[in-house]
Amino acid sequence: MNAELRPVKTAAEIGLADLFAAVRKDLPGGSSIEAIRSDAFDRFAAQGLPNSRVEAWRCTDLRRLVQDAKPLARRPDAAAKTAAGGAGAVFAGLHIRRLLIVDGAFVPELSDLAALEAGVAIRATVEALRREEMVLPFGMAGADPVAALNTALAGDGVVITVAADVVVERPIHLVFVTTGAAPAAMFTRSRLELGHGASLTLIETHEGPDHSDYQVNAALQMDVGDKASLDHIKITSEGAAALHIATLEASIGVGANYREFGFTTGGAVVRNQLFLRLAGEGTIASVHQASLLSGRQHADTTLTVDHAAAGSQSREVFKAVVDDEARAVFQGRITVQPGAQQTDARMMARALLLSDEAVASCKPELEIFADDVQCGHGTTTGALDDQLKFYLMARGIPEKEAEALLIQAFVGEVIDAVAREDLRDALSRTMHDWLKGRE
Amino acid sequence: MTALLDIRGLKAEIDGRQILNGLDLTVNKGEIHAIMGPNGAGKSTLSYVLSGKPGYEITGGEVSFNGEDLLAMDPDERAAQGLFLAFQYPLEIPGVATLTFLRTALNAQRKKRGEDELSSPDVLKRVRDLAKQLSIEPEMLKRPLNVGFSGGEKKRNETLQMALLEPKLCVLDETDSGLDIDALRVVADGVNRLRAADRSMIVITHYQRLLDYIVPDVVHVLSAGRIVKTGGKELALELEATGYAQYQSEAA
Ligand SMILES: Nc1ncnc2c1ncn2[C@@H]1O[C@H](COP(=O)(O)OP(=O)(O)OP(=O)(O)O)[C@@H](O)[C@H]1O
Ligand SMILES: [Mg+2]
Repeated sequence: MNAELRPVKTAAEIGLADLFAAVRKDLPGGSSIEAIRSDAFDRFAAQGLPNSRVEAWRCTDLRRLVQDAKPLARRPDAAAKTAAGGAGAVFAGLHIRRLLIVDGAFVPELSDLAALEAGVAIRATVEALRREEMVLPFGMAGADPVAALNTALAGDGVVITVAADVVVERPIHLVFVTTGAAPAAMFTRSRLELGHGASLTLIETHEGPDHSDYQVNAALQMDVGDKASLDHIKITSEGAAALHIATLEASIGVGANYREFGFTTGGAVVRNQLFLRLAGEGTIASVHQASLLSGRQHADTTLTVDHAAAGSQSREVFKAVVDDEARAVFQGRITVQPGAQQTDARMMARALLLSDEAVASCKPELEIFADDVQCGHGTTTGALDDQLKFYLMARGIPEKEAEALLIQAFVGEVIDAVAREDLRDALSRTMHDWLKGRE
Repeated sequence: MTALLDIRGLKAEIDGRQILNGLDLTVNKGEIHAIMGPNGAGKSTLSYVLSGKPGYEITGGEVSFNGEDLLAMDPDERAAQGLFLAFQYPLEIPGVATLTFLRTALNAQRKKRGEDELSSPDVLKRVRDLAKQLSIEPEMLKRPLNVGFSGGEKKRNETLQMALLEPKLCVLDETDSGLDIDALRVVADGVNRLRAADRSMIVITHYQRLLDYIVPDVVHVLSAGRIVKTGGKELALELEATGYAQYQSEAA
């Protein structure tokens, strides 16, 4: 083990240190990147896996939830590639550019790279790192230990750049899929650079086998140029035993329009952490997220929205449907920086508990350093309304179907926020599938 | 005559308070029964107990519907068997489009009865025709169920549901309240169109006026959780003149 590291305590932390020591020389990137990785790992090691005493991780104690470190996934062989072919089926049949990331590695031959729009460039993260053309360190997410771990161990992913004023009609779909039975760890890093006035819909789906307790640490950095328009849709439907930690960092330019949509249905432990910075005048960001959880699933969405300068607007709506002994966590912090006057920010978190053992923890926070702003937040937690259910049943609708209608109604507001009808329909189908699973 | 609904000595309580106190009522096929009675007498309670609303404890008596034990069925089963309650206070359900709700309900009932489900266009056509008869704007069908509907619109929507679902027994709980004079006629016409030899109705109302439109075969007075008087349609006129004072003291 590296002598500079502070002693780590848990088996997982020891395993991660061993892993980093073993693979650091083989990770993509030259000496400057290697220095960044070492620095990032030191920062991770100094903090260790976050436990519940770390404010941002209050409800998701990774020290307890992560038992061990897995070996890095091997680059996908022919069998893995075959297994991965059908992934991302939610959006099958739509005119979407699919890019496959199998077991953490971008696979160009499975990806749809033909007829790229002028001004659009797509390449593997390993390439960008080897040429030292990629910024690895995080900004807002820099202090987070698992983001640091991602920086230390980031292997592959996709780098997308869209030139100024290019309107990309065809959505790009990053299909992350884990194959194979041997549990492995994947550290992916992707990046989007959306030029001034450009426009794109970027979809991310994450899936994998139910029988493997694989670990995903996925990070995406987005640089949304001034006056650009971005729709980002992320569906987390990992396998039943998987650990999924995703860090999203977006810097959103002046006058840009950013719509974030998230849908979590799968994974044993899921953490989606989002760090958004709104540059100022005319920047509009919305975040709509829904988690549909059952069994003993644990899904945590932690969101930081930073209004950096005057005149920006943000809306956050988080909804959780929690069944069985599952737990949904929402932490949202809106920060209004000094001078960020006329900020208009509103955050709402609502949880629907379908069983007595289900738990929802919602903690919205405002941190306001300007005086002329409009900010608000609210949370509600409750069960399905028995009166409404009875009304539906009195019309002949069986209990489970009545519940499904009410759950759909609850989640519907979030899905309605997706601008494109074809994507909305696909998301509705995902929700229906989940509801079918309850019957 | 065969009894469609036969209630014997029904006792029910809610939150430990007894509301129905041994209620007897028999409704034969094709008959229209009116139930009148003072506020708080237990009229809505009776309608809820019949339709299976949770929260009520049945402490005595029995109810047979079509020869079957009604109280043993879940609410959706009762509906599929042909029981329909037009609510005194129809609920608003945000996020559930009226049309989706109607289609789901109709097909759920048909499925339970072993009938083919109807396609969306089929349902839409039926609903549109009925909506027209009841002067319901087609645009309202796209809105979430009852959300932002006026009191009268909600009652009309209840009538629409009833007409679509073609029940065997319609229980109308103050369907006339909140309706203006024109709407009252539209709704009453809608109800009258449903009159049939094999369809019975229980019309709960405070006003003789509704019974001018929907002429009952039998009129009951419900007071303190029991039927205390039964008569012909002239009983309603009598009540209009005398009020319930005599029955309330009798029941007490
Ligand atoms: N949850 C409850 N707990 C206790 N008492 C209740 C409850 N719900 C209803 N009641 C009581 O039951 C009684 C009967 O109510 P119900 O609604 O059946 O009366 P009603 O005859 O329909 O009156 P109205 O003519 O005003 O509609 C009332 O006294 C009411 O206060
Ligand atoms: Mg009543």
